[in-house]
Amino acid sequence: MSVPEKRRDATASRRSRIDFGRPLLILRLPGLARREGSLTVVRGAVSMRIDIRGVLVVAVLIAAAFAAAVAELGTGELHLPFGTVVQAVFGGATEFDRTIVNQWRAPRVVLAVVLGALLGISGAIFQSLTRNPLGSPDIIGFNTGAYTGALVVLLLLDGMSTSYYPTAVGALVGGILTALLVYLLAFKRGVQGFRLIIVGIAISAVLSAVNTWLILKADLQEAMSAAVWGAGTLNNKEWAHAQPVLIVAVVMVIPVFWVAYRMPMLDMGDDSAAALGIRVERTRLAMIVVGVSLTAIATAAAGPISFVALAAPQLAKRLTRSAGVTITASAAMGAVLLVVSDWIAQFAFGDKNLPVGVVTVSIGGLYLVWLLAMEARRQ
Amino acid sequence: MSSIVRSAAPVTSSVTDDAVVARSAHGLARTNSRRLLGWFLGLLILVGVCLLSLSVGTKSIPITTVWDALFAFREIDDHLIIRDMRLPRTALGLIVGIALGVAGALIQAMTRNPLADPGVLGVNAGAAFLVALAVGVFGITDLWGYIWFAFVGAVLATLIVYFLGSWGRGGGTPVRLTLAGVAVAAVLTGITQGLVLLDPVAFDAMRTWNAGSITGRDGSVVWAILPFVAVGLGVALSVARPLNAVALGDDLARSLGANVGLTRAAGVVAVTLLCGAATAAAGPIAFVGLMVPHIARWIVGPDQRWIFVYTMIGAPILVLLADVLGRVIIRPDEMQVGIMTALVGAPVLIVLVRRKKASGL
Amino acid sequence: MTMNTSKSGNDGNGEMNEATMTGGAPGGSARLRARNITIGYDTRIISDGLTVDIPDGKFTVIVGPNACGKSTLLRALSRLLSPSSGEVLLDGKAIASYPAKQVARTLGLLPQSSIAPDGIRVADLVARGRFPHQKLIRQWTAEDETAVVEAMAATGVSELSARLVDELSGGQRQRVWMAMLLAQQTELMLLDEPTTYLDIAYQVDLLELCSELNRNSGRTLVAVLHDLNHAFRYADHIIAMRSGNIVAQGNPSEIVSAEMVREVFGLPCRIIDDPETGTPLVIPLARRADAARFISH
Repeated sequence: MSVPEKRRDATASRRSRIDFGRPLLILRLPGLARREGSLTVVRGAVSMRIDIRGVLVVAVLIAAAFAAAVAELGTGELHLPFGTVVQAVFGGATEFDRTIVNQWRAPRVVLAVVLGALLGISGAIFQSLTRNPLGSPDIIGFNTGAYTGALVVLLLLDGMSTSYYPTAVGALVGGILTALLVYLLAFKRGVQGFRLIIVGIAISAVLSAVNTWLILKADLQEAMSAAVWGAGTLNNKEWAHAQPVLIVAVVMVIPVFWVAYRMPMLDMGDDSAAALGIRVERTRLAMIVVGVSLTAIATAAAGPISFVALAAPQLAKRLTRSAGVTITASAAMGAVLLVVSDWIAQFAFGDKNLPVGVVTVSIGGLYLVWLLAMEARRQ
Repeated sequence: MSSIVRSAAPVTSSVTDDAVVARSAHGLARTNSRRLLGWFLGLLILVGVCLLSLSVGTKSIPITTVWDALFAFREIDDHLIIRDMRLPRTALGLIVGIALGVAGALIQAMTRNPLADPGVLGVNAGAAFLVALAVGVFGITDLWGYIWFAFVGAVLATLIVYFLGSWGRGGGTPVRLTLAGVAVAAVLTGITQGLVLLDPVAFDAMRTWNAGSITGRDGSVVWAILPFVAVGLGVALSVARPLNAVALGDDLARSLGANVGLTRAAGVVAVTLLCGAATAAAGPIAFVGLMVPHIARWIVGPDQRWIFVYTMIGAPILVLLADVLGRVIIRPDEMQVGIMTALVGAPVLIVLVRRKKASGL
Repeated sequence: MTMNTSKSGNDGNGEMNEATMTGGAPGGSARLRARNITIGYDTRIISDGLTVDIPDGKFTVIVGPNACGKSTLLRALSRLLSPSSGEVLLDGKAIASYPAKQVARTLGLLPQSSIAPDGIRVADLVARGRFPHQKLIRQWTAEDETAVVEAMAATGVSELSARLVDELSGGQRQRVWMAMLLAQQTELMLLDEPTTYLDIAYQVDLLELCSELNRNSGRTLVAVLHDLNHAFRYADHIIAMRSGNIVAQGNPSEIVSAEMVREVFGLPCRIIDDPETGTPLVIPLARRADAARFISH
């Protein structure tokens, strides 16, 4: 059958709906039609194409995160059943129960959910930006620099005795200065990709060496505490620590949506995106700023937690069968991953309380092994 | 016969060694004679650095005394320091440097990634894991004890990575090997960190190990790793030429008559022996395996044989120079070589990348 | 069989007819114009002081040897590349001064290389072409749906709409990208080497489709094509470039000649009339002594 005939047949079926290859919900709400002078103006008309599987997966993940969070709130020296926890969260149960749940345990669990989501989003942004499923925010040496900043505060400026904020600030400053330094050193009439990577590796190596030195020369107890921070931990978190994170998360909602709306277009290549009306340089810059900010706040709050940013978007993508990585699903997946990892870190090893970063690294490695197996099977 | 070869590979120049050598007219040193000259210059520098390593330290010993110690030994303090402390240290630095450098060159060629580090196959993570086990679980505290653990750990990790990456059809492609390396390193690092953060003794041992060091080890360590390094070097040099072909891509390499699978396997064996032995003896010394082969490529172009030969000179220069600087920079205390190699190497790398138009493989 | 050895390309003084260096539109309006633009990459300048008008409602094809700057010109016209001096005008205003989405509703581009996101299906990819017409909450109107259906029908990919783009052949994929461009429903369409990867039948199909779009809906089309005979057959207006400069411009039947082809492409040839369409057909001169052995005498 020659091609022109194919085309004529297709034209005959113009009236039928398009087959998108998966179930979709098409939502069309007629707006209000008003007469303004001689014109009929329609305001508020909504039309959307909703991917049913995607929505379901996100809903399930959110439910799972919630369930895991409640489970974590109920576990500990004093074991509280599911129902009691839910009551306590909403103001019921006994005052003692409420104290345990809302004052002692909740900050940690809330941080796990929120940081997990932020890391998931950051990972999705970087993977889309670098067009690499192994993309991560650390190509600019951010995490290593953040660790250096934190170590300087903890070990050199006697940060051990003070509260949590100096460390967080140290981490933020360290990370940001490192990113700037890498950028400046790579800048020579513009930033060429390869040069940026090499400079990033070089600076990371230097800072890593500095970190090793600082840990080596410090007092053993202090060094161990600092290393615990360096592995990423949610231990000893209070509401005072969670508040800044929550504020930043709320502030970031709009920028994240701005980026999420444009990311799918950029996924098709810079040329196609520009042809469709995206301002490529501006969008890319926004993606970098948002991605780095989210990682920065997570690292400042809990130390560098590895692999959540790497694994969450890819796992979410496989579950939703979406085209490219998506922000909402990655956020939900990240939250689930971190809460579950935190539960494992706290309770799975008897009385030993591990830093959550240790669990995420191990799980991350297993996830990569699974990815490899999938690839092997596909070939 | 020649027509088959020509049709199999639609390249512009004829598909023989000449093509590779012709491409090799790249890099700063374009002709073989210039490269040889550069190499001899490097050799002189290496000898100089070795002498420096023998004479510098908490007690500066003049070169004439060093000469005497080597060739007219008497039982005096200075000569004893040289024979028992500085000579093993220098020898170890030399061997570890060569091993790490060549391992790095191998990895960069095998994974077709000019920024690969020999640790990408999981060597460092494996060694660290078994050292942590040795101290934390088995209570071993002396160096001899952990050297063998470290070596076994390095070898096991690399084998796991290799098999994981080569499993299934498609074989050990660079992407899968790299992915496998990252995966295995992650799992091992997680477990190691877990062990170490719960046990202060293990933590203390680990933080010393992490800094990498070529001191505190006597001549027996050097003799212990020498056979492994020698075999590793032999295997590496034997696959240098096939690696030139493999660097052009699997299909093209096969059409050139290179046995891709065998070359890769031999490469992995060489990397395991070289990197395993070096890490076992000196701890994780970062950056040497990444930086030196990369710079060698800028100087001599993509011919793997020249890259190996230059790396064998350049890498020990970096290691020994870093070690010497470590001795003087915070006198009377010393900064470990593993830390100094990054502090010395990174600025050099940055200056070079800013100066030249960076290129890949 | 008539042989035209010399079309009206050159008069004796070596002057090319039609406005060339000054680049005025050959009778007619031009919404898209370039005025004295200097374009290049990094420090390398490809074209300097280039002025050209794209005639409205015509199918313009840019031809030239490799690295002559034809893709660069197309990229500058589609605002992907900013000229370091001079400006590109759309409807009289500098193209860079319009909001990006507004330009995208007027001018569409099929780039040389695009990336299909991992796991995307054909219908989704084509639907992304509607982006310039959509708002945050108005993402799938009836117009959007109709545009996509029509676009897929016109390029013959309706049956593939549920398939994964990764699984398609090169030719099928190119038709899907073309459908995405069509779904964008722009009055001006720029295509950068759209016939690469396509089988000959599909190449002709795509060009016939472009011709139809131009004739039936009056859309202005600009394409960079490699194949000279395709270019001369389908184009209303040819822009021939060499080393960053426009060497000849105009209707193919008026400017194409053996001298012109030799000057622009370095190919010794003769020009005959295409037996099907009457447009210029390039026949490369034979080189081997026995090449004429198949011509029966």
